Amino acid sequence: MSENNENNVTGLGGSSAEWPLWEVFVRSSRGLSHVHAGSLHAPDATMAVRNARDLYTRRNEGTSVWVVPSEAVTASDPDSKGGYFESAQGKSYRHATYYTKSEGVKHL
Amino acid sequence: MSFASHDSATKQSAGNAITAEDIREGGSKAPEDVARYALYLGDDALMLAQRLGWWIARAPELEEDIALANIALDLLGHARFFLTYAGTAWGKTEDDLAYFRDEEEFRSCRLVEQENGDFGQTIARQLIFSFYQYELYRRLVRSTDPTLAAIAEKALKEVEYHQDHASQWILRLGLGTEESKRRVQDGLYYMWPYVDELFHDDELIESLGDAAVLPSSLRADFDRRIAEILDEAGLDLPEVAGAYGGDRSGEFSEQRGHILAEMQVLARQHPGATW
Repeated sequence: MSENNENNVTGLGGSSAEWPLWEVFVRSSRGLSHVHAGSLHAPDATMAVRNARDLYTRRNEGTSVWVVPSEAVTASDPDSKGGYFESAQGKSYRHATYYTKSEGVKHL
Repeated sequence: MSFASHDSATKQSAGNAITAEDIREGGSKAPEDVARYALYLGDDALMLAQRLGWWIARAPELEEDIALANIALDLLGHARFFLTYAGTAWGKTEDDLAYFRDEEEFRSCRLVEQENGDFGQTIARQLIFSFYQYELYRRLVRSTDPTLAAIAEKALKEVEYHQDHASQWILRLGLGTEESKRRVQDGLYYMWPYVDELFHDDELIESLGDAAVLPSSLRADFDRRIAEILDEAGLDLPEVAGAYGGDRSGEFSEQRGHILAEMQVLARQHPGATW
């Protein structure tokens, strides 16, 4: 084809500023909660919802999509993983099975 | 044939949505004149799908790349429906019609054949065509030809999305930077001479009555809605004369041959090739 603008096809003024990042949450069916599906770039929230539709609901229909600016997400510190997520080992009292059933309690 | 309605604009393999295979194997043979009309609709969708496919790996961002590719695939789907149905009149397949017709046998409008240009020019074409196609399909769902009506019903939800995509970009480019505004405005001027052809009535369509939609009947709604969105985007409605010739014959189309050369070369060099 005889397209003559191979070097500047974006038409967006050649700005190299990247679009901001958004986190996408999709609810796949009624009754379930929104689940993080991934992230994408979009110039604003409205376009982010539309891009999410193209990227994350194309084959497996969702009933609802949320987008959140990635910078609005506060994450736990990966370096203190131990402190946050230490296994429940040795803390058996956190589980129901640790406790014995009181006499006379039915339907447990 | 009956095609249950479905509520998804995105789902590709809904159990009960119409498919090209349904049309081919459904046993209903298109009347000759309906088939010739189906070529208008199918060729428009096919040519625009081919044009939009060029953007794959070239769009400004990955996300936009995928959006344009999705729209192209939707249009390719519409083309498959219409060409498959048209083919039943002459014992031809969709591939026979897409790959083995010559330039003067296509019936696409010139708007969809125009070069992509920059992103602004492509969005200008998307705005015009998706608004036109929306008005068309919205009426075609009441066609007295059940297959055309079923195809329109399937395609309409997709076109609603194409309209929305084009509108969002028209607003952002129009209200964006000086550069983006200039480019999309230039794109609108570039495409505008080919608008009139979309609304051109001809003998075939007039003879089809309620099986088809009279193009001129779409013009008022199209003009009103286009004026609204351009006004909102701060863009001028181009006032330019229509390009000469407007009968889908291809006689005055500079682009059609170039598109077909690329689209048809593989099928013609290797007949029957499969992936």
